[in-house]
Formats: sequence, structure tokens, C-alpha cells
Amino acid sequence: MTLPGFPDAAPLAGLAGGLLIGLSAALMLLGLGRIAGVSGLAARATGLADSTLPRVAAFAFVVGLPLGALVVMLFTGTLTPQFADPITLVIAGLLVGFGTRLGSGCTSGHGVCGMSRLSQRSLVATATFIASGVATVAIANALGLGFRP
Amino acid sequence: MIRTVIVTLLAGTLFGAGLTVGGMTDPARVIGFLDLFGDWDPTLAFVMAGAVAVMVVAWAVQKRLAHPLFAQKFSLPDRTDLDPRLVGGAVLFGVGWGIAGLCPGPGLAALAIAPLPAAIFCAAMLAGMALHRFGFDGD
Repeated sequence: MTLPGFPDAAPLAGLAGGLLIGLSAALMLLGLGRIAGVSGLAARATGLADSTLPRVAAFAFVVGLPLGALVVMLFTGTLTPQFADPITLVIAGLLVGFGTRLGSGCTSGHGVCGMSRLSQRSLVATATFIASGVATVAIANALGLGFRP
Repeated sequence: MIRTVIVTLLAGTLFGAGLTVGGMTDPARVIGFLDLFGDWDPTLAFVMAGAVAVMVVAWAVQKRLAHPLFAQKFSLPDRTDLDPRLVGGAVLFGVGWGIAGLCPGPGLAALAIAPLPAAIFCAAMLAGMALHRFGFDGD
């Protein structure tokens, strides 16, 4: 199915992927009583954050992420997408790592888990990082620096 | 303990599968969503809508539970104040998200898809987290 006006969009695949992510977050919430926040779990797994969640449990979540991607690739044979050049990846990684810790969360914790419980902090954080991302892409495009594979 | 690890491994795997199914491990999809004033790709909005829809139900169920199924109590964020760190952190995160089209989940999931670029991003991300932990916020 294509979306009128957006021939490249994949709305059904997006929705299906979103449902799986929602199930994952629901499992963390109802199973363990915790937020499925990837930045927090990654920091906990590597000893860069304190939590009552055992490090090995956070590590298992982090290991699951590429495992899940691998399972899907085995079934669908997803083509390898293009990634930015190494220097851009390093700058982006530093900003994402520092920023998500300073801002207490990323797209999963604030975006999925926080917004769905109408947390004021998460609504503000999500609106802010989307606005910041939109501005970044617009500026990069205007300067002819935009990475858009 | 072993039950907790099984649950987080399963949740992480579901999460990584969802990101991949939804196209979020492809930086082009994410940058396309952020390219609001250019060639906009709304796919990410559908991913977010699907995930939030399930979680709205999960939060409603959570309110009726005395404790989680596999843990003794809920350990959930309860802060409601807005502070400069929240907004400043989100601004920095957004810039990084916009220049490479990766946030933490897809960056880690992509280790199975494009190991070298994903490893570079993830190593830098952990360095950024360490910088926050030991440099900026060493309390």
C-alpha cells in the first residue's frame, strides 16, 4: 500500500513495526515494571548509568536489538541501507549519547513510553528533539551538506 | 534474575525486529521523516503511532496491576518538572539524530545489518554517554 502524495512511504510496514515496538515496551512495563528506554538501557548495560535493574538484564535487552534485526533480515532479506560517512557517524554518536543522557531519554523512552502516558517532560522532550532534528536536516540541506542516501 | 534477563532479551529482540520491519534501521527513512520542508517521508509517524497505540493500552492495564508480572514493584520515572537539561539534551540529541539518521535503538539494531558504520556510531554514542557521566555530570 502506498500513501497518496508519498509514494516512498511505507505506512503498513511502519505500523507493523510500531506494533512490535509497542509490544516490546508493554512487555517491559507489565512484565518488569520498567520503561523500555534504549538510551537508558544502553547506559545501564555499559555501567554508565545507575539503576536497580541488573546490568546483565539491560545488556540482554541491548543484545536483543541486533538479534531482532537479524531475525527479520533472515526472513525478508532486507537490503543493506546506506549510512553516513565515519566522521559524521562519530559526531552524531557523540551528540546522541551525550544528549540522550542529559535529556533523560530518546525516541523510545520519551517518544513511545512517555508520550503514551502523557508525561509532560516526555512531550516537551519529544517535541524538542523532533524540532531540532527537522531544523538540522533543513540547515544541512540548505548548506548542501545533507546526508540523504 | 534469570526470568528478568529472559524478559529483557525477548523485549530487546521484539524491539529490534520492530525497528527493522518499520524501516527505522535505514537512515534514509529517518532523515526523510525529519526532512519536513523537503521530500518528507511520514513512515516514522506510522511506527510511532503503532507503538504508542499499544502502549496506551499497556498503561491502562498497568494502573490495574498491584505489581508487574515478573517483578515485585514498578520502577517508573515520576518527575514532572521541566528543566534546562531536559530541553538542552533533546536539542543536542536532535542534531545528532538529524545528521546521521540514527537514534540509540536503530544504531544498536543496525549492528546486525551494517556492522562497521553501526559500530562506529555506537562507540561514539557510548563515548558521549561516558562524557556526560564523568565529565559533565560527575555526581
